[in-house]
Amino acid sequence: MLDAEEVRTFVQGTVHFFETATGHPATVGSPYLCIDKSAVVQDYAGVIGISGNREGKVYFTAPRGMLSVMLMCMNETDTGEQNVRDLVGEVANTISGNARRDFGRNFVISTPTICDRNNAATAATTGRSFVIPINWRSYAANVVVCLQ
Amino acid sequence: MSAVPKPRQQMRMMIVDDSNVMRRRIERSQQNDQLEVVGTAVNGLDAVTKFKQLMPDVMTLDLTMPEMDGIECVEHVIKIKPDVLILVVSALADKATAVEAIEKGANGFLCKPFTDDQLNEALAELIGE
Repeated sequence: MLDAEEVRTFVQGTVHFFETATGHPATVGSPYLCIDKSAVVQDYAGVIGISGNREGKVYFTAPRGMLSVMLMCMNETDTGEQNVRDLVGEVANTISGNARRDFGRNFVISTPTICDRNNAATAATTGRSFVIPINWRSYAANVVVCLQ
Repeated sequence: MSAVPKPRQQMRMMIVDDSNVMRRRIERSQQNDQLEVVGTAVNGLDAVTKFKQLMPDVMTLDLTMPEMDGIECVEHVIKIKPDVLILVVSALADKATAVEAIEKGANGFLCKPFTDDQLNEALAELIGE
């Protein structure tokens, strides 16, 4: 079960990602608990499996428009489907990988699996998940953390 | 009459990351005129195969990749070309992972996410500018 200090690790990692990678800060809403129910997968989600000293998954889910604008802010001219899917995985990978600063090297992260509304089962969680709402420019996204 | 300085030979650079967005970002953002990007690879296995053909002088290398991860890739390419300069560019932010990469033969570590300035500073430091 995740404690408040551990949730803060992911909040800080998310804020740091948007500020550094896009040059535009994100604001983070109050994280809330979701029990035995997956948070909604928006257009795309990048899902990271966690093993080692913790078990579970971390995912980042966002609307396509937000991902396209993020690519533009990173000076990427190709905002096609492949790069949008690639980016949602890279965000999840970066936020999860940065968490090792606090969780240590035995917090083992997988390569990202990408899902969309049509195969949202990949992002399904059981038990207690923390949902971290993110507001960036005019968009809303979520980071979902489900760790045993 | 003062001598015209001889231009330094460009160093050949390879970018290894499973993310296309990240490979393109590094290629686009690197502005060091001593570096010429000669190839990219999508995982460690692909990197080792292309490394043998391209024999780059400099490599940026992700760690978390399918097929072969970055740490194993370092071990392989160091055997092929011991003086290759490797900048690990990874989201894995724990100190132990950075230390392991350096112990295996990498020369620098840049944590994702990064700004263009941070990338260029890390590359300049890597090649001794």
